[in-house]
Amino acid sequence: MSIEFLVASAVGVLSAAGIYLVLRARTFPVVLGLAFMSYAINVFLFSSGRLVVNEPPIYGQDVAAYSDPLPQALVLTAIVIAFGMTALVVVLALRTFLEAGTDQVDGLGETPAELETLAETSASEAQVRSDVEARP
Amino acid sequence: MNPWLVAPILIPALLAPLMLLFLRHRLVISRTLSVGACLAMLAVGCGLMAQAASGQIDVYAMGDWMAPFGIVLVLDRLSALMLVTTAVLALPVMAYAIASGLDRKGWHFHPLFQFQLLGLNGAFLTGDLFNLFVFFEVLLIASYGLMLHGGGAARLKAGVQYVVVNLVGSTLFLVAVGLLYGATGTLNMAHMGERVAQAPAGDHALILAGGLLMVAVFGLKAALVPLHFWLPRTYASTSAPTAALFAIMTKVGAYCILRFTTTVFGEGAGELAWAPGPWLLPAALATLLLGFIGVLGARRLRKMAAYAVVGSMGTLLCALAMFTPESTAAALYYLPHSTLSAAALFLLADMIAARRGDYGDTLAPSPPFAQAGVLSGLFFLTAIAVVGLPPLSGFPGKLLILDAVRGTTGGWWVWGFILGTTVISLLAFARAGSAIFWKSVVTEGEVKASAPVAPQASAAIVAALLAALAALTIAGGPVTGYLNATAAQIYDVQAYPDAVLDESRAAR
Repeated sequence: MSIEFLVASAVGVLSAAGIYLVLRARTFPVVLGLAFMSYAINVFLFSSGRLVVNEPPIYGQDVAAYSDPLPQALVLTAIVIAFGMTALVVVLALRTFLEAGTDQVDGLGETPAELETLAETSASEAQVRSDVEARP
Repeated sequence: MNPWLVAPILIPALLAPLMLLFLRHRLVISRTLSVGACLAMLAVGCGLMAQAASGQIDVYAMGDWMAPFGIVLVLDRLSALMLVTTAVLALPVMAYAIASGLDRKGWHFHPLFQFQLLGLNGAFLTGDLFNLFVFFEVLLIASYGLMLHGGGAARLKAGVQYVVVNLVGSTLFLVAVGLLYGATGTLNMAHMGERVAQAPAGDHALILAGGLLMVAVFGLKAALVPLHFWLPRTYASTSAPTAALFAIMTKVGAYCILRFTTTVFGEGAGELAWAPGPWLLPAALATLLLGFIGVLGARRLRKMAAYAVVGSMGTLLCALAMFTPESTAAALYYLPHSTLSAAALFLLADMIAARRGDYGDTLAPSPPFAQAGVLSGLFFLTAIAVVGLPPLSGFPGKLLILDAVRGTTGGWWVWGFILGTTVISLLAFARAGSAIFWKSVVTEGEVKASAPVAPQASAAIVAALLAALAALTIAGGPVTGYLNATAAQIYDVQAYPDAVLDESRAAR
C-alpha cells in the first residue's frame, strides 16, 4: 500500500466520521465531529506540500530534495486554533446545557425543561396578544 | 514601507491585553481608553485613506521579509475604505454600549470589542491567504465572546449554533487554503494570481475547486443563501450594540469575495477568469429575495433588522457578482450605507424594546411609551435608509447599482429583484411603524417599563448614524469619484501584484 493511499483514505475516513457526527445536532457528538474534522484537515494540509519521505525541510548546500516546511507551520497554527476552539465549545455547550436545559444545537429542544420554557413563552405571547385585542 | 499600515492592527492589539490584564475592574479607565482607541483608529484610517487616494498601493512587509516569502500588509483604496467604514461604525456602537450600560454586564466587553476590531482591521489589510484565516479566527473568537456578552438562555442557545457553524466554516477555509497551496505553491494572494495565470490545464480543476470552496466560506460569512441560516437567530438574540457591530462582519465576507476573486481569478487567469461570478449571481438574487421576505414575515423588530442585513447583503452581492468596474463601484457605495443603516436599526430596535416593557420589540400596538415622538422620527428616517428611498443614501446606492448592471448578462434579473424587494421592504416597514407608533392601546396609566438609561444620549447616537448616512448622500460626488478610482484600481491587472511583488522581482 502506498503512502498516498494511506493518507488519502485517512483524510476521507476522518472527514466522513466528522461530518456524520456534526450532523447529529447534539453537543457531544458535534464536539467530537469537529475534532475529527480538524484532524482530517491537519492531515490534509500536511499532504498539500506533497508527500516526501526522509528529506530535510531546511536549506543545505548538498541537499537536492526538500520536504515543504510551510504546511508544517500551517498545521501547527491550525492545531493550536482547533484546540482552543474545542475547549471553548465544550465550555459553551456545558453552560448552555446547564442554563437552557437542552443540548440540541439545531434550535428547538426535546427535553422536558425546554418544552416547558417553550410553552411558557408562547403562553405569555398569547396573553399579550389577547390583552391587545381585548382593548378597544 | 509605510509603518502607519500596522497602526490599525497594533492599537487594538496592544490595548486589548492591557485592559484584560490590568484594567478589568476599572470601568472608567477602560471606557476612556476604548473610546480613545476608536478615535485613534478613525484618525489613522482617515490618514491612510488620504494616502491611498493618491492611487499608490502601500505594502508593509512583516519583519522585512519580502513578499512571497514573508507576510505582507497591503493598503490600497479598497482596504482604506473598509478601515474607515469599520472605524466610523465602531465609534457610535461603542458609545451606545457605554450609554446603555452593556459594558457593565460583564468584565470583558472592552477587550473583546478591541480584539474584534483587531481581527476586522487585519482581515482588511492582509495580503496573505493564511494570514487572512488567522485574522478571521481572531475576529470570530472575539465575536463569540461579544455575542454571548450579557448571557441568558436564548443567547447561549443561539451562541452554540453560531460557534459551531463558524467552526465548520473555518475547517472549510483550511481545506480551500490547502487545495490552493497544493496547486499553486504559494499563499500570497498576488503571487497566487500569477501562478494561477500560468497553471497548466491539468491543475485547473483543482484550483477551481479550491477557489469556489473559498468563495463558499466567504459566502458563509456574508450570509449568502443557502448559507444564511445562522444569521437571523444570532443577530436577533445578541445584545443590540453587538448586533450593530456585526453589521460589518457580513461585509468582511463581501470584501474577501471581491479581493480574492479580483486578485486570484482576475482578468489574467485565462479560462479561470471570474470563475465564481456565475455561481454568485443566482445565490445573491435568492439572498435578496429571501432576506426581504424575512423582513416582511418577522414579528419582532430585531428579527426584521437581522433579515434586513441578509437582504442588503443580497443587494450588495448582486452588484459584486457582475465583476465590472461600474457595478463594483456601485456596490462599494452601498456597502458603508448598508452597514451604518443596519446598525442604526438594531440600536433603534433596542431603544424601542427598552421603553415598551413587556411589549418589547414585537410588532404589536402598546400603550403610549416614553420618547415615542423622537423614536418615531428616528424610525421613519432609519426605515427610509434601510428601504432605500430618497433622500438618504440607500436611494443613490440602489440607483447606482441599477445603472451599473444595465446591459450586463442577468442585469434585468437584478432590476426586477431589487425593485420588487424594495416594495416588499417598504410594505414591511410601513406596517411595523404603524403597529408600533401609530396604533396605540388605551389603558389605565403608562406602560410598565423601567426608566431607560441615558435616553437622550442613545437617541443622539442613532441620530449621528443617520447623519453619517446623510453625509454619504450629500458628499455623493466626491465619494463616487473615490469609489470609481477604487474600482479602476481593483480591476487593474498589474497594479496590485506589481506593488506586492516588486521587491522580490528586483532581487531576482
